Amino acid sequence: MRSCLALFGFALILLAPPARGEVYLTPDKFLADSFAGAAPPPKIIWLTGELAQQAEAVLGHKAAALRIRYWADGARSAWILDETGKTEAITAGFVIEDQKIARVQVLEFRESRGGEVRHPFFTNQFIGLSLQENDRLSEPVDGISGATLSVRAVETMAKFALLLARHVRPSESAAP
Amino acid sequence: MKNFAERIRFNGLMATGMMIAGTLAGSALAQDALPSREEMWRVIQAQQKEIDALKAAQTGTEKRVVATEEKVEATGAVVAQQMEKADTSPAGWWNNTSIGGYGELHYNGGRKDEIDAHRFVLFVEHQFTDNMRFFSEVELEHSVAGEGENGEVDLEQAFLEFGLGGKQKAQAGVFLLPIGIMNETHEPPTFYGVERNGVETNIIPTTWREGGAQILGELGNGFSYNASIHSGLEVATAGGNAFKPRDGRTEASEAPANDPAMTARLRWNGMPGVELSVSGQYQNDITQSADDTQAFLVETHADIRRGPWGLRALYARWEIDGAAAKALGRDEQYGWYAEPSYRFAVPLGEIGLFARYSRWDNTAGDKLDSKFDQTQLGVNFWPHPDVVLKADYQFDDAPASTSEDDRFNLGVGFQF
Repeated sequence: MRSCLALFGFALILLAPPARGEVYLTPDKFLADSFAGAAPPPKIIWLTGELAQQAEAVLGHKAAALRIRYWADGARSAWILDETGKTEAITAGFVIEDQKIARVQVLEFRESRGGEVRHPFFTNQFIGLSLQENDRLSEPVDGISGATLSVRAVETMAKFALLLARHVRPSESAAP
Repeated sequence: MKNFAERIRFNGLMATGMMIAGTLAGSALAQDALPSREEMWRVIQAQQKEIDALKAAQTGTEKRVVATEEKVEATGAVVAQQMEKADTSPAGWWNNTSIGGYGELHYNGGRKDEIDAHRFVLFVEHQFTDNMRFFSEVELEHSVAGEGENGEVDLEQAFLEFGLGGKQKAQAGVFLLPIGIMNETHEPPTFYGVERNGVETNIIPTTWREGGAQILGELGNGFSYNASIHSGLEVATAGGNAFKPRDGRTEASEAPANDPAMTARLRWNGMPGVELSVSGQYQNDITQSADDTQAFLVETHADIRRGPWGLRALYARWEIDGAAAKALGRDEQYGWYAEPSYRFAVPLGEIGLFARYSRWDNTAGDKLDSKFDQTQLGVNFWPHPDVVLKADYQFDDAPASTSEDDRFNLGVGFQF
């Protein structure tokens, strides 16, 4: 019986269909949902000068990109960001309105554990939060046991999106 | 009188005439100072030409600004492309390999009275494909390993993981058993207290890894599961450590395969900051001998952190069959602890205060008092989420006073 159990276990592994990294929502769908079905054309914000320094303070490391793409309509802006959890990137979308978080959505999760951060019970905690002067969110966010690094990555991206939204002016950046 | 009136009238007329003459004369002089209409027209035309020239120059500047912005955008795109190319070339296995680790240094006062580089652990992870990866963990304990030395080098984990689709995974190799709070998550910044708690160390026993296969995944509504079959314990049947789980760990080191064990866990974390879990293990014979000595382990815990408040509570119990275990009182072994905590932000990081009460008994099956009680009070300071400084004081209450060691502990730990 023990041998059968072991063989069953290994057969399960070998015969299992291959799986891809988890894509929960495509960026296009996220943007369409965030702007009542019609996302505005994308714009660019440059991470230079003081903004680059502030970004590094919020991220805890230098920003990977020189330019960040965003979508904006009046006081509402949407950002699609990446941040490493433990070893892999987590892609999440953020909608900022009047300098507060209006929506958080994990779009793609590539880590082997910690995927619970995609659930609304976790992401809904961010709704209404803003960025304080000390680079902390205006309210604490409860984590998920066993997903500490994924939780931290989503928090970092939320703060980064708030920081970027603060620096967006309508006349500033050109469309790509 | 008449002459006087006539003189007044004449003087008034003369004054009025002089005033009129003076005004006319001044007006004529002022008219001479103003430019003529032709001259003013020439000035207006010249100014209009200047305005036109400025407008043309402004238009040119705007065009140059737009052109400059386009050049800057194009340069940025090229730079971004080059940055991406730099990340991926030259291609090799190292691009999909990552390294991490953790470590901790302890000072133990009291009778122990020592400084110890308790652990240094390195993780190596390699991603073969999107749904196939390898994960390993190698540990060095107590600084120096080798014959006659205090330390040892262990293969703590080394398994392949396969994505099965639908948030299900399978693992094969050496992995940490899904039991308890600390068995799978024990990096120094993740727990309170310098040393790992006595219940999970002596009863579960953390850190417990075995070789085998496991399936795991999410069931929805916050539930997840693990189900594994793996190498089992091989406990001694005589001596001071007979039937003690901690001393029966085989750790996939030429482990006997006569009697594997099966472990399963059901966990719920459907609310932020809350984890509830129950695990069970069955092994047909934990002595790996001819006599079947069945053993059951059940463990349950709550790990809660809501806002600044935290609470960990855990209970674990072994039931071991057989006359030999019963004769030693080792047929029942249990432990539990409760650990409230409070964590808050300070300008330089975060501080956490905790208290923990633990009780465990590896010989609970007899009538003798053999339980070990421990109370700890302490503080963690995180100057960075991955770095922790710890201090605590422990009060021991053991059946034998020689086993007690009330002491002050200090520790520094990190993870990356």
